Amino acid sequence: MSEVANPPPAVTAPAGAGHASAAHPPTNTGMSHNKVAMWLFLGSECLLFGALISVYMFAKSRLPAGEIGPLDVFDIPFTSVSSFVLLMSSLTMVLALSAITRGEERGFRVWIVATALLGGTFIAGQVYEFTVFYNLGLGYTTNIFGSAFYTLTGFHGAHVTIGIVMLMSALVANLRGRLGPRNAETVELIGLYWHFVDIVWILIFTIIYLFPQ
Amino acid sequence: MSQTPPAPPAEEAAPTLEGPDGPLSAHAHDAVHEHPSDRQYVKIALILGVLTALEVFTYFESVHNLGDAALYVILIVLMVLKFVYVVAWFMHLKFDSVLFKRIFTAGVVLALGVYLIMLTAFRIWGV
Repeated sequence: MSEVANPPPAVTAPAGAGHASAAHPPTNTGMSHNKVAMWLFLGSECLLFGALISVYMFAKSRLPAGEIGPLDVFDIPFTSVSSFVLLMSSLTMVLALSAITRGEERGFRVWIVATALLGGTFIAGQVYEFTVFYNLGLGYTTNIFGSAFYTLTGFHGAHVTIGIVMLMSALVANLRGRLGPRNAETVELIGLYWHFVDIVWILIFTIIYLFPQ
Repeated sequence: MSQTPPAPPAEEAAPTLEGPDGPLSAHAHDAVHEHPSDRQYVKIALILGVLTALEVFTYFESVHNLGDAALYVILIVLMVLKFVYVVAWFMHLKFDSVLFKRIFTAGVVLALGVYLIMLTAFRIWGV
């Protein structure tokens, strides 16, 4: 086995030239098993959210006339801002990964905190939205639309919350010196999860909120 | 006179770097491909912002004169564009191993197929 004298960190790229994927231990496939597992998990999550969106569409189509529905509660301008916030959190997440891959730990901390704050803002918006809807008379058991809507958006909110916990864990691990450029793959995996949560919201925002009611 | 076939070139050993938990693979193709620069990420985010603004624009009454069918088409196209941009650039599927692309595409296609069939069975399409 050839040894490389004074090897440069495998995950370092020239500044401004983008970044390479995080290095990982050798595998038979040449691919990180952790990444394969994460993609398999995300593939299965498609089925979960596909089911929830389908149930929502079914429930909405079966909503009896006169009952409280989407037109009575949705506040599109407010939800648009929330959507934009979550979309921008994907940018800060990818910048955090880019920073740690280049070995810029201070930049990583700034972007990871920004991502968590944007995620927290989205969740705060969702809590506010749920509160307003409840006060307008739409509870979880009010009708079939309420049950499907709260289940779908609630599941998504739970995923975002778990993502925030993962981001904060990565920050703490970095501050303790246990997460650096050498194991940037961990940040890449958290990023994959975070971006997935974002694309699910892209679907929810269009199908649930913007499709003609 | 017999000719000796040229010997195949010896395979170059992939350089192996030491990491904290053992050797790191530098030959793995997903470790070699360069990803976009920060500037490119910002450009993608701007495109996503514009696409979202276009989506929200369809909410206004004046656009509703187009009719529901046209609105559905416009919104689906914008939604798919946003989805593809995030998956390809932010999730690096454009640059990563084709296996990841296949795994994820399989999940999306399976979900779409199963639930389109389910919704058709329940006659969701207003027919």
